[in-house]
Amino acid sequence: MKVVYTDSLVIGAGMAGLRVAVASKQRGFDTIVLSLIPAKRSHSAAAQGGMQASLGAAAKGEGDNEDIHFGDTVRGSDWGCDQAVARMFTHVAPKAIRELAAWGVPWSRVRGGDHEVVINAQRVTIHEKEEAHGLIMARDFGGTKKWRTCYTSDGTGHTMLYALDNKAIECGIPVIERVEAVALIHDGDRCHGAVVRDLVTGELTAYVAKATTIATGGYGRMYGVTTNAVIVEGMGAAIALETGKARLGNMEAVQFHPTAIVPVGILMTEGCRGDGGVLRDVDGYRFMPDYEPEKKELASRDVVSRRMTEHMRKGKGVPSPYGDHLWLDITLLGKEHIERNLREVSEICQYFLGVNPVKDYIPVRPTQHYSMGGVRTDYRGESLGLKGLFSVGEAACWDLHGFNRLGGNSVAETVVSGMIVGEYVADYCEQADLSISTNVIAGFMERERARIDELVARPSGENVYELRSAMQQILMDKVGIFRTGEKLQEAFDELKELLRRSKNIGLRNRIASSNPELVDALRVQRQLKLAVCVAKGALLRTESRGAHTREDYPERNDRDWLKRTLAYWKNEEDEEPEIEYEDLDIQKMELPPGFRGYGADNTIHHPETEGRVQQVDEIKQSMPDADRHEIQNALMPFELPEKYKEKNERIGVGTK
Amino acid sequence: MTNPVNTPAGNTGGKGRMLNLHILRFNPQLPGDTPRMQTFQVEEQTGMTIFIALNEIRERQDPSLQFDFVCRAGICGSCGMVINGRPDLACRTLTSKFTDGEITLLPLPAFELIGDLSVDTGKFMREMSERIESWIHSESAKDCDFNVLEERMDPDLADAIYELDRCVECGCCISACGTKRMRDDFLGAVGFMHVARFRLDTRDDRTDDDWYEIIGDDDGIFGCMSLLGCEDTCPKDLPHQTQIAFLRRKMVMVK
Repeated sequence: MKVVYTDSLVIGAGMAGLRVAVASKQRGFDTIVLSLIPAKRSHSAAAQGGMQASLGAAAKGEGDNEDIHFGDTVRGSDWGCDQAVARMFTHVAPKAIRELAAWGVPWSRVRGGDHEVVINAQRVTIHEKEEAHGLIMARDFGGTKKWRTCYTSDGTGHTMLYALDNKAIECGIPVIERVEAVALIHDGDRCHGAVVRDLVTGELTAYVAKATTIATGGYGRMYGVTTNAVIVEGMGAAIALETGKARLGNMEAVQFHPTAIVPVGILMTEGCRGDGGVLRDVDGYRFMPDYEPEKKELASRDVVSRRMTEHMRKGKGVPSPYGDHLWLDITLLGKEHIERNLREVSEICQYFLGVNPVKDYIPVRPTQHYSMGGVRTDYRGESLGLKGLFSVGEAACWDLHGFNRLGGNSVAETVVSGMIVGEYVADYCEQADLSISTNVIAGFMERERARIDELVARPSGENVYELRSAMQQILMDKVGIFRTGEKLQEAFDELKELLRRSKNIGLRNRIASSNPELVDALRVQRQLKLAVCVAKGALLRTESRGAHTREDYPERNDRDWLKRTLAYWKNEEDEEPEIEYEDLDIQKMELPPGFRGYGADNTIHHPETEGRVQQVDEIKQSMPDADRHEIQNALMPFELPEKYKEKNERIGVGTK
Repeated sequence: MTNPVNTPAGNTGGKGRMLNLHILRFNPQLPGDTPRMQTFQVEEQTGMTIFIALNEIRERQDPSLQFDFVCRAGICGSCGMVINGRPDLACRTLTSKFTDGEITLLPLPAFELIGDLSVDTGKFMREMSERIESWIHSESAKDCDFNVLEERMDPDLADAIYELDRCVECGCCISACGTKRMRDDFLGAVGFMHVARFRLDTRDDRTDDDWYEIIGDDDGIFGCMSLLGCEDTCPKDLPHQTQIAFLRRKMVMVK
């Protein structure tokens, strides 16, 4: 039995995982990162548009601060997020961006003086203050009150990931490539590492660690059409689920991005609309102002995706062999702007569509994009249910995003939560010992070996790829943007049937070493469990909140549903998860539930909301001489690692 | 305004032409396996890329076929391979580009072969990064105070650094490099591009004397024979020719 010991084991080498690794290494702990691929290929690289942080240096970002970022994030989440976590996040985001600036990210900078931009399809001149010249610039994104999204052209994720991986290399952190964690090692109470399969040789190794962090990204590839990279298959969440102890949170909360190209589903950044691009229908008509007169194309993502779908249902879509779509028009931004700030967009259009976005419209449609759900953790990033197991980034339900994530908040979450959770991981390593019986390790190793041997030995059976396509189709058709009880029930039943069938997969390529079919078979079996969790959570949640839209229950129902869904898979033989709920405590909310500002307000309120609103007002009024930090602290104190507690400086206002 | 390119009216489910994909097969994990070419036939669909064609082969014809894709959008650099004689990114190469429908795919040379079309670029790139120390060398960055305003940077300089920071480490330049074939330890264009990027960055304290220590020999900038396969094949159109010439001139002037 091959066993590797370390202090801090990180599964996944995207930005969140790398940042946790850097944190634990800098605190002096032996750290190993596991990755399916070279770290710099991670899906973080695909984040184009930018990262939200309230630096307030750009003219249109003036007056921005943590409070406004916090309010946008909570409203964006449709009050589904953990507000203390949102506070931790908005406080550390400016620090994250400044740290990355010191580590080499070439953030686009403010140019003092006048410059022309497009706002609401009009060319407008904006004056950037000379004093701000050379500070970090920001662009507009959906669902935000200020221009807050910092960027490097439209290659933000790429430059951030490269800076972080280079930092990890500087720190001497080993990234073991082309390996996959196939099971977590645990004793029912505490996690002790993972069983890891080498994707080239097929060899199994036990990585035993004090702290184990899952940073494997979301589960978007369970959907047939997604903007996600092909490796975003939810395997981190799946191995957590298979412990029978760790809970997954809000798996039904799945985001659809308004603008992915048709048919292949590659993302056109929100920066296209942030910079002034508009949406048009089959007649070339700009329809969003009719639906959302205030925010128009820059309403929150869930809202824009729903409005686009509604508009296509009215027959206003552009027909194509791949189904209806709409147009994204960025021609009004001009050649110079597109070539400087939207160059990846331009390249993708050229290569995949043969379209020049300087002159042509881009065919787009709402497409699966982000998984708000994931491994449920507390504010320190530690799993509910299994000690020593942490999760971070898209893989986690930390719960910054609730039921809808704002654009620019996920790139930010990767590094910010990496900084914060990384410190808590190091704290855990400091106090924990490494004590585990080798029998426990051997038990998990044997279980995984047997699973693989059984697959390779079975002479015939179900086809991996047929099962996977069927799952992807069911989720697309029945657990998409608009949902109904009837369709969700069908999806739930059909997915359970696929799960049963997946126990009888027969491989055509029956070898145990480098074998892509075997890899896919192992993943499909686990993915189907996640898919059943998504469908069951969605079926039971009889309300509409953020990205979870029930046509049969159109109201946001705070009275009955101000709660987080928790799924856990008690026994391996079970065919569906147990579902529990975790209440969101209104009494602790800094921003009590209210109207998000889109469409008509049909919220069914919680009986405690009114009282808390009053209480919040009273607290504010009782502190006439207090500054915003003191008021915030009175309303909802939150914790942070010591090194992140200081206030953030901004140009013109200091730390006020 | 309509956009004819986006409504492929000519293709409404009718039969596409047959493509012949000739692919190098070899699995070093299988004892006794030897490299050979194998031909697969795939029916072309509108907008088909080599990514789509290879997945179709894996799912419907031969599940043992090995290849690497991650983002499938030309962003991550995973899928470099030799396509009809030229290194390129397979994910964004449309099959319609090949008028006779004959497509030959080989793994990128100069990297360790994992199997079929999959090669180990990761090991090479990590060693390259360690060799040139591809991170900001700065005393002030070591204890960066992230609570105060960030250090200012000229906006044009930031844009210029980004231009050189766009490398995706796909390895096409290394595969297309004549010098690399002759000199095993040659740094190659990907390394020079990173050096040029950090050299331009005012946050990095390193001087030309420091850079000379890293690239001032025949395995570095003086080994380049200026065949410029890198310039010809770089999928991101990075300015390899200019930067190599510029670095060489700067290094000649050292000492």
